Amino acid sequence: MNLAATRAIYLFEMARWGRTLLQSIVAPVLSTSLYFIIFGAAIGSRVPEIDGVSYGAFIVPGLMMLLLLTESTSNAAFGIYFPRFTGTIYEILSAPISPLEIVIGYVGAAATKSIILGLIILATASFFVPVRIAHPVWMLAFLVLTALTFSLFGFIIGIWADGFEKLQVIPMLVLTPLTFLGGTFYSLNMLPPFWQNVALMNPIVYLISGFRWSFYEVSEVDVRISLAMTLGFLGLCLVVVWWMFRTGYRLKP
Amino acid sequence: MTTIISVSNLAKTYASGFQALKGVSLDIREGEILALLGPNGAGKTTLINTICGLVTPSSGTVTVAGHDHLRDYRAARELIGLVPQELSTDMFETVWATVSFSRGLHGKKANPAFIETVLRQLSLWDKKDSKIMTLSGGMKRRVLIAKALAHEPRILFLDEPTAGVDVELRRGMWQVVRQMRDNGVTVILTTHYIEEAEEMADRIGVITNGEIIVVEEKAELMRKLGKKQLMLRLGAALAAIPDALGTYKLELDADGRALTYSYDTRADRTGITTLLNAVRDAGLQVTDIETRQSSLEDIFVDLVRQSQ
Ligand SMILES: Nc1ncnc2c1ncn2[C@@H]1O[C@H](COP(=O)(O)OP(=O)(O)OP(=O)(O)O)[C@@H](O)[C@H]1O
Ligand SMILES: [Mg+2]
Repeated sequence: MNLAATRAIYLFEMARWGRTLLQSIVAPVLSTSLYFIIFGAAIGSRVPEIDGVSYGAFIVPGLMMLLLLTESTSNAAFGIYFPRFTGTIYEILSAPISPLEIVIGYVGAAATKSIILGLIILATASFFVPVRIAHPVWMLAFLVLTALTFSLFGFIIGIWADGFEKLQVIPMLVLTPLTFLGGTFYSLNMLPPFWQNVALMNPIVYLISGFRWSFYEVSEVDVRISLAMTLGFLGLCLVVVWWMFRTGYRLKP
Repeated sequence: MTTIISVSNLAKTYASGFQALKGVSLDIREGEILALLGPNGAGKTTLINTICGLVTPSSGTVTVAGHDHLRDYRAARELIGLVPQELSTDMFETVWATVSFSRGLHGKKANPAFIETVLRQLSLWDKKDSKIMTLSGGMKRRVLIAKALAHEPRILFLDEPTAGVDVELRRGMWQVVRQMRDNGVTVILTTHYIEEAEEMADRIGVITNGEIIVVEEKAELMRKLGKKQLMLRLGAALAAIPDALGTYKLELDADGRALTYSYDTRADRTGITTLLNAVRDAGLQVTDIETRQSSLEDIFVDLVRQSQ
């Protein structure tokens, strides 16, 4: 293993993030805080408890998930798309590094960023609403797993994209709506049975449900299914990345 | 001399169906400076990028110090430094950061002293903390060279290193390349400045239409393919070449005041002595004698024209 190379990529990416710290951290923290103030503190006080959890606290895992998914995806997508766009990727592709080492560097950095953001959001949330974490280890496990999986997903998008717009399309037009519909602000049990079944086709439901279980031990679907879904998507992304490097898809003519 | 890179029957057909390399075979010798010449679109960059792993070959093999460049890519790539033709840089990074990054990518331990040496050699030391986007084109080119040298490669590929570099800096760069060679580094460069190849290279390869049409020691190439001409200026104009000189392939210029004799420098007997005797016997008065040797440029133009 050329761990020095992985380290170089990882540190390079983290340094890039460090330079834009303000927009990288302040913007998501600010927008998420607004959610807590509006939905948690203001409106939440008039909404009854859900499964014994106050509404403000109930939405914390979902909002963290929203941030985790969009930040992981767009960070990782941008991280690999940018060197492709500027042409500096030549250096990565001609260095003595394996695809795995490249992926660990980029995906590791993107996941680290969103994990840090997630924890900052959690800390912010606890200012506004009473957050309780029943299973901290599981909470961290879901956090890390989701960050890794969606960073990998973003990495795939960054290789697939052939323009800056495409980097935004998936996070904005797919992930955000699915997360909103996936029970960030409500419990699936509040839906009529027909819509409950429709909602279960949304994979993000499983992520949010599992994550929320690690906080409040309430969940719409079995937590093992949540875990299996996350691992399954991780596996799928790994296969796609492996195929991309094997065929040189959009990397090598 | 040992071969450090061996390319055999390398072919590349791009997805568009265009065949950019048509079975190239080439042995690069350890420690030499090899210049690749060829018109735009000849396949020079494709050849270099294929060796370096940026382009997937359609067929053929490449070994670098005995390591297959695909199967054993780590060992092969560790030895290689690449300066691409395009000026692709991390615009927002500093010179120091980007050069150090290159070293890390090759799995080498950080060595600030070595990087300092490289930057000083390329006159970039005072720019080490500047963002790359604030540098001029020629400076960016040198940053790319510094990046390629950062991991102490044994083989250096320079794809048009002096494009857009001013005359003085170009000479400075030649100096650096020579220094690399003196340190035992093998250098492969492409260029459109033929005087650069003439000045620098030990061997010269000419590529056109995806084929290497010649690879030869520079001196040998010039001797083999170079023509030498002897021009005699005459005191009085001639209407035609005198019959006594008919056996020599002479050319009379338009105003009849100069005779040109082309000869082969390789021949044991160039025929100059007998020609001069014959000229004297024919009673011609010679006022001046000039010789002219074809340059690498003439040879190159001839070769490319012939192959088309
Ligand atoms: N990615 C690609 N897809 C399709 N064709 C390509 C690609 N890259 C290069 N070519 C074609 O292959 C041929 C060789 O290109 P190459 O860049 O190797 O030439 P070159 O000798 O380096 O030229 P120059 O002196 O202009 O740099 C050209 O006809 C070019 O159009
Ligand atoms: Mg080229």
